[in-house]
Amino acid sequence: MNLNVNIQENNNETVVFLDGEVDVYTASILKEKLNPLAEGTNQSIVVDLAKVNYIDSTGLGVFIGVLKAVDKKGSNLKISGANPRVKRLFEITGLNEVMDVEEDQRKEV
Amino acid sequence: MTDTKLSMYQLYKEIITDYIRNKSEHTLYSAQKLSMEMIEKDMSPEEMVSLHLSVIKEIVDDLPKEVVDSFDLLLEVMIGYGLAHREHLSLRDRQRQLESELNVAARMQKSLLPNEPINVESLDFGVVSVPAGKMSGDYYHYIVDEHGNIGVAVADVIGKGVPAAMCMSMIKYAMDSLPEQRLQPAALLENLNRVVERNIDSDMFITMVYGSYDPREHRFFFASAGHEPGFFYRNSTGEFEDMETKGLVLGVSPKIHYKEYSLQLSPGDFIVLLSDGVTESRVDGDFIEREQLTEIINKYKHLPVQALTEQVYRELEKMQNFQLKDDFTLLILRRNV
Repeated sequence: MNLNVNIQENNNETVVFLDGEVDVYTASILKEKLNPLAEGTNQSIVVDLAKVNYIDSTGLGVFIGVLKAVDKKGSNLKISGANPRVKRLFEITGLNEVMDVEEDQRKEV
Repeated sequence: MTDTKLSMYQLYKEIITDYIRNKSEHTLYSAQKLSMEMIEKDMSPEEMVSLHLSVIKEIVDDLPKEVVDSFDLLLEVMIGYGLAHREHLSLRDRQRQLESELNVAARMQKSLLPNEPINVESLDFGVVSVPAGKMSGDYYHYIVDEHGNIGVAVADVIGKGVPAAMCMSMIKYAMDSLPEQRLQPAALLENLNRVVERNIDSDMFITMVYGSYDPREHRFFFASAGHEPGFFYRNSTGEFEDMETKGLVLGVSPKIHYKEYSLQLSPGDFIVLLSDGVTESRVDGDFIEREQLTEIINKYKHLPVQALTEQVYRELEKMQNFQLKDDFTLLILRRNV
């Protein structure tokens, strides 16, 4: 399985559209794209998961790493458009308590 | 020539002479056997080619000069193959060495898990834990204290294999250093979380459920750090209930409070704790649903609990064509009387 990453600037937000599976095979691709974004200060980063049908624990680890990095820089990380199965993963792990998980998806241009 | 080379020379000469004369299958078979012997004796491909040239020169008079010269090229090419072959051999040795190191590590890891069975009259207990590879990122724990209280835990480290296994040993040692909290699931997780948060890579985490059972009151207290919810089977209704909990995974944030939950067990009720290797079993690419899992548990619930956990494991293993994708741990605690 592959993961496509498309980054767009939308109304003062950086939206990262993911398409595919975020798992042990694709986690490094995502990390490479998200790490530079996490280095900026006072950023608003949204990761849109509308086209992601599966995230495994390694994939979830990438979000945790990014969350810790953005917290240090005063930035904000949001998850949008997650399908019920993916959203449940954020709920079980309690990550929805430490990052915003929104149902609505962002619009990809 | 050394003795070995001399005997090879003789043998090969006989084979070629025989083959040129009879063209028999049998001779080809001898050549196959010879090649195995040569590999065993570490003869390189270029040595073989030069052996062939010497033999053919001896048995064929007036070999055309062009044919003899062409062997120089063949030799050159074979040197390349020879290098690749030697590299393969050295990698093979290295791989055997790693394999034996891993076996030792896997045995050490096993020794971190409890191995004395639980002997409490009113309870039946069973656990199955199987790594996907040699080493496991799953951890389980159980202990009976001097008052007969039972502490149980299932933890799952992100990823699998060696890194996960190393992390798992951290959980084991941290738990050993917190004996006074064995009966306080939430406090235990809070302390573990602090240890894990300090000692773990920024994109790693651990999920864990911890519970303690009081055999006098038949009450099970538990708390969960982002762990896959277990099941509570209520004998009076014959239904499985999800043990839904709130609580962040270990290792994300240093100051976390965990909520404690409790369940009252009647005779025949049981508690199922598991790792996500159980629920993330994939059958033909699709994940197994939690309902399917409870159906399987339901099918074997008449068995003693250890046999029950083993049957569930066997059935899920079979459904996945005997190839586990993730470490698998299933632990069940049942009130008998």
